[in-house]
This record gives sequence, C-alpha cells and structure tokens, in this order.
Amino acid sequence: MNFDVYAAVLVLLMALVTWLLRFMPFFIFGKSTPPYIVYLGKVLPSAIIGMLVIYCLKDVDMTAAPFGLPECMAVGSVVVLQYWKRNSLISILFGTVLYMALIRLW
Amino acid sequence: MKNRVAFVIKQAFYKSIPVLAGYIILGIGFGILLQNAGYGVLWAFAMSCFIYAGSMQYVGVSLITGGASVITTVLTTIMVNARHLFYSISMIERYKDTGKYKPYLIFALTDETYSLLCDGQVPDKKYGDLYRFFVSLFNQCYWVTGSVIGSLLGSVLPFSTDGIEFSMTALFAASFTEQWICGKNHIPALTGLVCSLLCLVVFGSEHFLIPAMLLITATLTVLQRQILSGEEETE
Repeated sequence: MNFDVYAAVLVLLMALVTWLLRFMPFFIFGKSTPPYIVYLGKVLPSAIIGMLVIYCLKDVDMTAAPFGLPECMAVGSVVVLQYWKRNSLISILFGTVLYMALIRLW
Repeated sequence: MKNRVAFVIKQAFYKSIPVLAGYIILGIGFGILLQNAGYGVLWAFAMSCFIYAGSMQYVGVSLITGGASVITTVLTTIMVNARHLFYSISMIERYKDTGKYKPYLIFALTDETYSLLCDGQVPDKKYGDLYRFFVSLFNQCYWVTGSVIGSLLGSVLPFSTDGIEFSMTALFAASFTEQWICGKNHIPALTGLVCSLLCLVVFGSEHFLIPAMLLITATLTVLQRQILSGEEETE
C-alpha cells in the first residue's frame, strides 16, 4: 500500500491548527483578554456541540425505511440516560450498543 | 525528596483515574473507526500522539474518508477546537512559571485534563508543576493506549463492528445534554442546532459545515448583548 499523502496532510493540518489554538492565547493575551473573545469562549462550545450532533446525523435518510428510527431512538436514549444518570460513559456506551443492535434488526 | 516526588506522581495517578475508563473506551471507539476507514495502528498512534483532541479525531476520520478539502479541514478544526483557546486563556496565569513543563502542559490541555486541573488544587505546592505534568501525561497515555487497542481490535474482531461510528454521535449528544443541564442560557445551544439544520437544508450534507460555522458565529455576535444581559438578570 502506498503512503497516503492526502490523509497525512489532513492529519498534520489538524495537529498544527490544534496546537495553534492551544498555544496562541499564551503568546497573544497577557493579562487582558478582549471581552468579545471571552464572550465567544462562553457561548461557542455549546453551539458547536449542537452543530456536531447535526453533523453526525447529516446523512440519515428520513424518506426511506427505516426513516432514521435507529438514530432517533439511540440519540433519545443517550439524552434520557444523560439526564437521569449524568454519566457520559454510560450514556455513550448504551446508545452505541443500542444503535448497533437496532441497525441489525431493521 | 525522592519520596516526595514518588508521592506527587502517585497523587497525580489517583487524580487521573476518573479519566482512565473514559479515555480507554473512547480511544478504542476511535481506533476501531479509523481501522474500519482503512487506516491502521500507526495512524491511530500518530493521531493520538500529535493531535490529541478526542472529538476532533473522531471528526477527522470522517473528514479523511469524506475527501474534505484543506480549507474545510482547517476551518473545521478551528471550530471544533476553538474551546481550547478558552481553556488556555483561563490557564495563562497558572501556567506562567511552569518552566520546562510549560510546552507539554499547554499541548496536553484537553477537556478532561482541563476539568481535572482547573480547580488549581495540588497535593504539594513545591511540586505543583510536576503534579500537573503527570496528570496530563497519564491522561494522554490512556488515550493513546485506547486508540491503539481499538485499532488492533478493529482488525481482528470476529463480529461486525457496523454501527460503532455511532459512538461519535453519542459522545456529542451526551455532551450537548450535559451542557444543556449545566447552562442557564440555552440560546447558544439552540443557535448551534438551528443554524446547522438550516444550513444542512440549504447547502446539503456535503457543504453545510462552513456556512453553518459562519452563521453560528454571526448569530452569536449579533445576540451578544441579549445573551450577556440575560445572564446578568438570572445571576
């Protein structure tokens, strides 16, 4: 197998950008951080997580059987479990196992 | 003094135990996913060593298999990992005089490591930096170990692992719910969902990510005053 240059470039970019994000504040902001940046820091995380949930479900076909039912039920179980137990690991494990079982049933 | 060092390292290990199970299991999920995408154990090892950002590595697998462009990759990484800017901002003071440990401490500041270290508690003031270094290092070891195990498992598991990719969806759904429970103001979370859905419908599943990020940032910028004043009222 040839070395996958495309994948290597993407991995390298992801690593570099991640490093940049982690190190930049230490170089740029000494003690004063602009209020707008602080504001974005507060509100972006939950918005982006919402976006990522949609991103994960982007290819679900609601117009053909099983009409996205396995995804809906599994996501539903994660949300309910998280509300109930507040333990991400249990929610993730249960949701994934349920999904893997459901797609074998349909 | 040797005893103190051993003590501090042991304390760092105890502190890191809550992350152990989570990182091993999420790491395994990532390793299997990457293996299923056609990238073996060296890729899993390299990504977990050098990127070391859980959600981003999951998203990274779908970027690579989906044939994402360089620009999409850079912008996606910025958006998914933007929160690291803010972890770093809040650690500027604490990491100021950490000397030789500083580069690694900054590099290894993941969500989980941040949550363990943000309270600023250390067992021994004199060895605070050593302690933080080992908490960070233990956590990364769990993550790397998990992804390597997953990658090896993915190639030998006797049963089909179809559907394992759902662990990524479940990971995000769980953190979304957790942030929803903890957050007083739900406008940012709703902004994320609504803007993304809107862009998904308008631009289609191939091209919606970048418009969605721009729309989210723009919307949150426009709503800045309302959201901030809403927070002051509830506090």
